[in-house]
Amino acid sequence: MAGPVAGKGSAAGADYRGIVGPLLLPTWVVIGIFLVIPVGLMATYSFLTKEFRGGVIWDFTLAAYDQFFLNRGLFGDEPPSIEWTYLGIFWRSIWQAGVATLICLIVGFPTAWFIATRPERTRPIWLFLITIPYWVNLLIRTVSLKFLIRENGPLNEALMGIGLIDTPLPLVNTNLAVQLGLFYSYLPFMVLPIYAAVERYNFALTEAAHDLYASRWVTLREIVIPAVKPGIVAGCILVFVPSLGAFLAPDLLGGAKTFMIGSLIDEQFKGSQGNWPFGAAAAMILMTLVMLVLILYARAAARSEAR
Amino acid sequence: MDLRRYPGFLAVTIACLVILYAPLIVVTIYSFNGSTSITTWGGFSWRWYADVFTGPEAPRFKAAAWNSLTIALIAATTATAIATAAALAMVRGGRFRGKQATFALINLPLMVPEIVIAVATLIFFATIGLTTGYLTIVIAHITFCIPFAYLPIAARMQGIEAHYEQAARDLYATRWQAFRLILLPLMVPGIISGYLLAFIISLDDFIITNFVKGAGMETLPTAIFGSVKQGIKPNIMAISTIMLALSALIVTLSYFINRSGQKARA
Repeated sequence: MAGPVAGKGSAAGADYRGIVGPLLLPTWVVIGIFLVIPVGLMATYSFLTKEFRGGVIWDFTLAAYDQFFLNRGLFGDEPPSIEWTYLGIFWRSIWQAGVATLICLIVGFPTAWFIATRPERTRPIWLFLITIPYWVNLLIRTVSLKFLIRENGPLNEALMGIGLIDTPLPLVNTNLAVQLGLFYSYLPFMVLPIYAAVERYNFALTEAAHDLYASRWVTLREIVIPAVKPGIVAGCILVFVPSLGAFLAPDLLGGAKTFMIGSLIDEQFKGSQGNWPFGAAAAMILMTLVMLVLILYARAAARSEAR
Repeated sequence: MDLRRYPGFLAVTIACLVILYAPLIVVTIYSFNGSTSITTWGGFSWRWYADVFTGPEAPRFKAAAWNSLTIALIAATTATAIATAAALAMVRGGRFRGKQATFALINLPLMVPEIVIAVATLIFFATIGLTTGYLTIVIAHITFCIPFAYLPIAARMQGIEAHYEQAARDLYATRWQAFRLILLPLMVPGIISGYLLAFIISLDDFIITNFVKGAGMETLPTAIFGSVKQGIKPNIMAISTIMLALSALIVTLSYFINRSGQKARA
């Protein structure tokens, strides 16, 4: 018979059952007050009227969403048609984030595979090398990238030095620069989940495929990729979602033509030119988009687990 | 024949590392450039490091660095304490109502896009009439640091079997004694990782800080961003190199603490 203390009902591994409430209270209070309530307020603000010095007037209106989706002409008296300016910015953001995710996948998959097939002793070192840059300040990384690829920067000088190009490549302020910046920002997010999936992959399957005369690449396509798909999908989500709302890469590496959602929202809260309800509405639309991606992912993951 | 090897994968991995490190290495090299122009190489020199500490912009950067460090210290400490309590409840609290919802709440700062958190937090402070400044930055940082501190701490706690505490409890230790003398020492590597992670995330943040900092308040990232808008100057590269070295140091520290923790368990 265990002692009287154990007899008081401290079931194995559940010693803190009685004080769960007090232990979680700080978390509930901090995240509840400083994140959940603010998001609720933001939703409310998106239905308010803008004030001209920045801020809002407490009059409910759909003006912010109207401005986002509908074009009513310069004086607001024409019959409404679809407003493409902001939808275009959202579409461009989705496209840029998508291309960045694809580049991350193309580079990240072989890298993750290579690391996961190293001897167990050296794997942590490779992983460590991949993750260090992620811990360097994102702003500094983006600025460094801009320094490297700018018009008369080291990359162009090196390329001209070895005679590969005659005139400097105009990389900065292009879509490619923004995609490169996003890729550079979030690459470790792609490598790590794929690595985890490949590490769990049962190589007996590869051997079986080989015995049945499948080539390396057929095995990769037919056996490996379906087996590690959860890791690939997780990596894509982890890169796509932050890329969608990114601010630094498009702001520093892009120009007016590469304007993305992050900059659009940011602009609405800066100085007297801003429009808080419109910014709140754009943020709501971005959040809805992200939540939709996450919900679809969670459902797909639950379904594949059930199988 | 090694079936695990795919031709070209090594090359991609090397390319991947080159892409990741090239910009950082180039900026580090150019931070030692003696020339005032960022394009031409003027020989090795420490002048831009001297400029960071004594130059015309030095007071601004010093104040920003001080703000960044103190905010990161306060935010990481508070978030780690909150996250440790939460991990105790989530890992050692058995089943309880609202566990799923609490888990979602803890991870909420990771799911909502940063720019959305920034907007929502600014709107919240504006509505309750709290003037944006140091305090609002600290509050925002504590909030988004919680999941970063929580994840390594909870992972570590899950790896510690309940037997040790159970034995202590059977020998009449109070719950507090079992926590302080048994569980807490075992959790130290997880807590340190969580703390360092939260610290570095706070130090790193630009978007949210930029929204809630108010006029006249600067942290290092916002000060650097302000300078970079007028072009990349050599002193910025020196500051970047210092921060780079600091981040690398913290991560390496965290890596070895984690490894020694895992070895002790094995």
